[in-house]
Amino acid sequence: MAQEEAERRKVQVDAVHLDLGALSGVVKEALLFSYGVACDGTLLEGSRLVVTDVPIEVFCSVCKVPRTLKSMQWFCCPECGAATSEILHGKELVITALELKQ
Amino acid sequence: MTTEPRLLAVRKNVLKQNDVLARALRDRFRAQGTSVISLVSSPGTGKTALLERTLTLLKENYRVAALVGDLATENDALRLARSGVPVKQITTGTICHLEAAMVERALEEWSIGPLDLLFIENVGNLVCPASYDLGEDLRLVLLSVTEGEDKPLKYPTIFNSADAAVITKCDLAVAVDFDEVTALANIQAVRPGMPAFLVSSKTGQGLSNYLQFLTATLHAKLHVPADEASSHAEIHSGTSR
Ligand SMILES: Nc1nc2c(ncn2[C@@H]2O[C@H](COP(=O)(O)OP(=O)(O)OP(=O)(O)O)[C@@H](O)[C@H]2O)c(=O)[nH]1
Ligand SMILES: [Mg+2]
Ligand SMILES: [Zn+2]
Repeated sequence: MAQEEAERRKVQVDAVHLDLGALSGVVKEALLFSYGVACDGTLLEGSRLVVTDVPIEVFCSVCKVPRTLKSMQWFCCPECGAATSEILHGKELVITALELKQ
Repeated sequence: MTTEPRLLAVRKNVLKQNDVLARALRDRFRAQGTSVISLVSSPGTGKTALLERTLTLLKENYRVAALVGDLATENDALRLARSGVPVKQITTGTICHLEAAMVERALEEWSIGPLDLLFIENVGNLVCPASYDLGEDLRLVLLSVTEGEDKPLKYPTIFNSADAAVITKCDLAVAVDFDEVTALANIQAVRPGMPAFLVSSKTGQGLSNYLQFLTATLHAKLHVPADEASSHAEIHSGTSR
């Protein structure tokens, strides 16, 4: 997908930036490992994959604000302790930016 | 002279190949009026035993069938077939979970009439199935009293991907000092608000509550407008729009 974007915009890509949520179901190490192989022979050959981990963020219905979870074992507000399952972030698998060659 | 890298902002969801297929399956099931329920758990929790009971009880009022994933054997398919409903085996070989493509392929090879309910028993595994949407409407995660109350905390991702929890083998609860309160609290910790049921496939205890939940949820689902139904699908697909 990053490749299509690069082709469309006629740019040379140095790195692909990706947001990866803790609940995305994708293992970072596996992704980094397969990236190089997947890019061989494409416009992205030789480019880097820069992965940003996205923690789980929920909406606390008591405090009425988004809160970041400390652990995926406790889906409750770290401030007031209220249980919450309204997930705002953490399922991402999103290409956020292309870093261009100078 | 600039040393800052030139960043081109894009924001594109990467849809995993499996999610694309699962979406197509979900649409197809919806168009056919088939509700799909999957079961996940560790090996030996009692998926097949519960499903045998479930199929036998539901076939009186619904057109039901089951797909069952297994690494190598046909044992589970043979056990399920005793219930008298159509059953098809998916042999996964070395793969430790079912994927949407395997479900799609199994359905292609299977000439089966219209269904009200399709059950899918996943391969016994509490890790990998969490990442694979199968196009199901309802995912049940099973936990037996003999496995220990802490399983939801050890495998939060799979519990979080499920819609309801079923605690199995409750006929053995006393023998293993099962702490029901702790188990239920742990389920709520990783998935607040998730319904949970205690059953025994051996004695039949708790089955009526569980079946009532299944049928009530499915009837509700059949009457949900399509756009609401598809926003529910997002929960399983694991990607935000
Ligand atoms: N006492 C008791 N035993 C049960 C119950 N349910 C299942 N079992 C036993 O537990 C064992 C495993 O049950 P299965 O139904 O094969 O479990 P499964 O989750 O389908 O196992 P895999 O498909 O191999 O992952 C069998 O020996 C069952 O007889 C129950 O409610 N009570
Ligand atoms: Mg089984
Ligand atoms: Zn709070």
